[in-house]
Amino acid sequence: MKRIGVFVCHCGTNIANTVHCDQVAEMAKSYPGVVYACENKYMCSEPGQMMIQEAVREQNLDGYVVAACSPRMHENTFRKCAERAGLNAYMSEQVNIREQCSWVHADKEKGTEKAIDLVRMAVAKAVRNQPLSTSTIPVTKRALVIGAGIAGIQAALDIADNGFQVTLLDREHSIGGRMAQVDKTFPTLDCSACILTPKMVEAAQHPNIEMATYTEVESVDGFVGNFDVTLRKKAAYVDFHLCTGCGLCQEKCPKKVSSEFEMDLGPRKAVYVPFPQAVPNKPVIDANHCRYLLDGKCGVCKKICPTGAIDYEQKDEVIVERFGTIVVATGFEQFDISKYEEYGAGRYPDVITGLHLERLMNASGPTAGKIKRPSDGKIPEKIVFVKCVGSRDEAKDRPYCSKACCMYVAKHATLIKEKLPQSKSYVFYMDVRTGGKNYEEFYKRTQEQYDGQYIRGRVSKIFQVGDKLIVRGEDSLVGRPIEIEADLVVLAAGMEPQKDAKDMARRLGISYDQHGWYSEAHPKLQPIETHTAGIYLAGTCQGPKDIPESVAQASAAAVKATGLLSKGELTSEAMTAECNEAVCAGCGLCMSICPYKAIDGKKITERVHGQMKEREVAHVNAGLCQGCGACTVNCPSSAMNIKGFTNEQILAEVDALCQR
Amino acid sequence: MKYGFYPGCSLHGTGLEYGLSTHAVAKKIGLNLVEIPDWNCCGASSAHNRDPLLAQALPARNLALAEQYGLNDVVISCAACYQRLKIAELATQDKKARVEIEEVIEMKLKGQAKARSILEVFANDISLEKIQSHVVKPLQGLKVACYYGCLFVKPPEVAIDSSENPLMMDEIIKTLGGTPVDWAYKTECCGGSLSITRTQAAVEMTAQVLRYAKLAGADCIATPCPLCTSNLDMRQKAAEKALGISFNLPIYYFTELMGTAFGLAPSELGLDKHFVEAKSLLQNLSATEAQ
Repeated sequence: MKRIGVFVCHCGTNIANTVHCDQVAEMAKSYPGVVYACENKYMCSEPGQMMIQEAVREQNLDGYVVAACSPRMHENTFRKCAERAGLNAYMSEQVNIREQCSWVHADKEKGTEKAIDLVRMAVAKAVRNQPLSTSTIPVTKRALVIGAGIAGIQAALDIADNGFQVTLLDREHSIGGRMAQVDKTFPTLDCSACILTPKMVEAAQHPNIEMATYTEVESVDGFVGNFDVTLRKKAAYVDFHLCTGCGLCQEKCPKKVSSEFEMDLGPRKAVYVPFPQAVPNKPVIDANHCRYLLDGKCGVCKKICPTGAIDYEQKDEVIVERFGTIVVATGFEQFDISKYEEYGAGRYPDVITGLHLERLMNASGPTAGKIKRPSDGKIPEKIVFVKCVGSRDEAKDRPYCSKACCMYVAKHATLIKEKLPQSKSYVFYMDVRTGGKNYEEFYKRTQEQYDGQYIRGRVSKIFQVGDKLIVRGEDSLVGRPIEIEADLVVLAAGMEPQKDAKDMARRLGISYDQHGWYSEAHPKLQPIETHTAGIYLAGTCQGPKDIPESVAQASAAAVKATGLLSKGELTSEAMTAECNEAVCAGCGLCMSICPYKAIDGKKITERVHGQMKEREVAHVNAGLCQGCGACTVNCPSSAMNIKGFTNEQILAEVDALCQR
Repeated sequence: MKYGFYPGCSLHGTGLEYGLSTHAVAKKIGLNLVEIPDWNCCGASSAHNRDPLLAQALPARNLALAEQYGLNDVVISCAACYQRLKIAELATQDKKARVEIEEVIEMKLKGQAKARSILEVFANDISLEKIQSHVVKPLQGLKVACYYGCLFVKPPEVAIDSSENPLMMDEIIKTLGGTPVDWAYKTECCGGSLSITRTQAAVEMTAQVLRYAKLAGADCIATPCPLCTSNLDMRQKAAEKALGISFNLPIYYFTELMGTAFGLAPSELGLDKHFVEAKSLLQNLSATEAQ
């Protein structure tokens, strides 16, 4: 029988408040195999770890159980501790009596009872633990950045500057993302394009960056160090090798379509470049609107293209490439304001969003930078801003704060006053949240120098009478209803995840929260990593952020990615699947379910009734296996087992629970 | 199509013409409405201000009766009744609440009876196509402000349509050949529950509804609610006085407009039971059509 030690942690009062730790340790002494048990206030602390190591040596322990927090927090700590004590790391077993016990229960007696059960189970498993070893896997020294907004561009530049190859991918045909749509940036009022386009150009010209625009991620296979990504290069119907970007086709194309980049406030052609500073500055043909592609009539662009770059026959191209690491920077979408029917968005053309206003202010926008009402082109005099539209509203399933709107509304109110000195801006708000360097000062200036009138209260209704928009709300500081006849209403629409964010997450194998924001590995200490090794997050795909925050996170993701790429090889998982060939029937169910393609068949010969017979069994590539356990569950003959989580170990835990 | 029918008190009182027109239209279109025998008051606006259990038991008894007679779809005209019965239906999904209510009403509740609004039954069960097929005198050129009031569309869990911009009645009016106007007061409060206790407040609220209907260019208002109608119709004079403008907007139950388009006689629909004269507008309509 193995000699097992049990160490019960108080975690200060986190556990000790709801669990009698002394009773748990005392009970543990009576379990089969346990030769030593004790408790400590902080098992993970230096003294706590020393206590474990001394006990291992003095009691001659073969393995131990630490009853403490979640293995997510400290499994590694205690495994390293085991190594320092001269044991194999996998002889350390951690059982969670905090998140799954003390934190979710209030009754100390019941909490103790449950902790005792959990420890009994862990001991039953620890007795059956075996030393495990790791091997190494090679790393492909290339990074993939998905999404080429400011976060993606920054991450790609940083990785490339550190000397690694990067593929910068975007499904749009120009890089730049949302920031390209923005006119000015707070709090400095820098022109957005002026600070973004140099980075776009730098990315396009960087020797280590390969641009993959107009490209979608189809699927992602493999694992950290070796992701096999299937990319679909969408048909642009323009041969980019021949195209010089002269713009003739765009000029002559007869088909006008509403421009997505201009938030449908202006037109574009069926063959088009989304905005003047686009990178790459080469047009694509929109197959949904091109007359030639729809009904074979037209063909003007092909006729006039001086280099013969138009190719109506072009097809999507699917390629598979291998990357060592992936940075996800897929960004956000603006909240769909038509969900607020009381605001008449979508019904009244003069109820617009912040992004619409950015385009109306922009020199290369649909009005060449003149702020005019979408409905009749009139210069607005009274402008009402409504904050928190699609943010902080549980009724709309958007309980979170979108973080950037308070500042962009202050920016809009400032800029409107500069452009239209006769105008007056009113801002309906719940709270004003301007945490950020120089943000509060900026907001103060909006009120004091730019005459922005802030009204604390929600807007209940917006409707049109004649050519005026009646905005009805309350002024909760005065305690009265208020009505403003506005010429233009700007709804400060919040941020929401991309519509296909969840699909993308499933393709990548990363997790997301209830809204679709991608989940970081730890909200405090691992805000860049995901739960999938080798995949990092940057920018607003993880949650609402402004530009500086997105850029900072992008650089952090780049550091993580280059750190991984600079390693020659990675240590593989020790807790991998293994096949008991004597039992395996070679049915192949494990091969089809394995998400890492780590299992293939192999031939073995064996003597059956005096004759040599050949048959196929499953074989696990330990370098590829990530120990997820899908094959174990799927195996009809129990031949597959995860090392460290064998069927025998898990059943022993169940037995221990049932036999008390 | 056989449905249970819960008239509530108003269809026998202030909303007599709603009852008349509902039955006339239902008969015409082949909707068999069976009045629930021995129905009782839904509790309306008073019961839930006194006692939550009473407020649920009163309407629940009607649902229990409907179940006994095998009338699992209970059609309700009055918006207040609809809301009370719907809330009771939802509350009794909870087993504990159901047991408590069964004890009070001394009847069994299977939870099969569903509260259905007449508006939604016409729009969904009967369908616009079928309504269209019965139109013999289209409401050509009639500009109608569809006023839904609050009780059919708020709170969201009982709403038959969008809480802010419902379109069900607009669609029906369109099918009848009329022109629904786009206006912003579709679901604003008419002051219904203050009508008796603080009449002046109700008049002011009613006046705003009428004002915005007029501003939107409506000739008349269509409603599915007897409480709204009594405010808009009966208090229109007072509202005109309060604002110093003349509205002269007939207030029709949407079923009266359906009946008119189906070619039924004004007397069958109760068009003579209005405060604001309501017959001539519809008669002139058919007169211009005849020309």
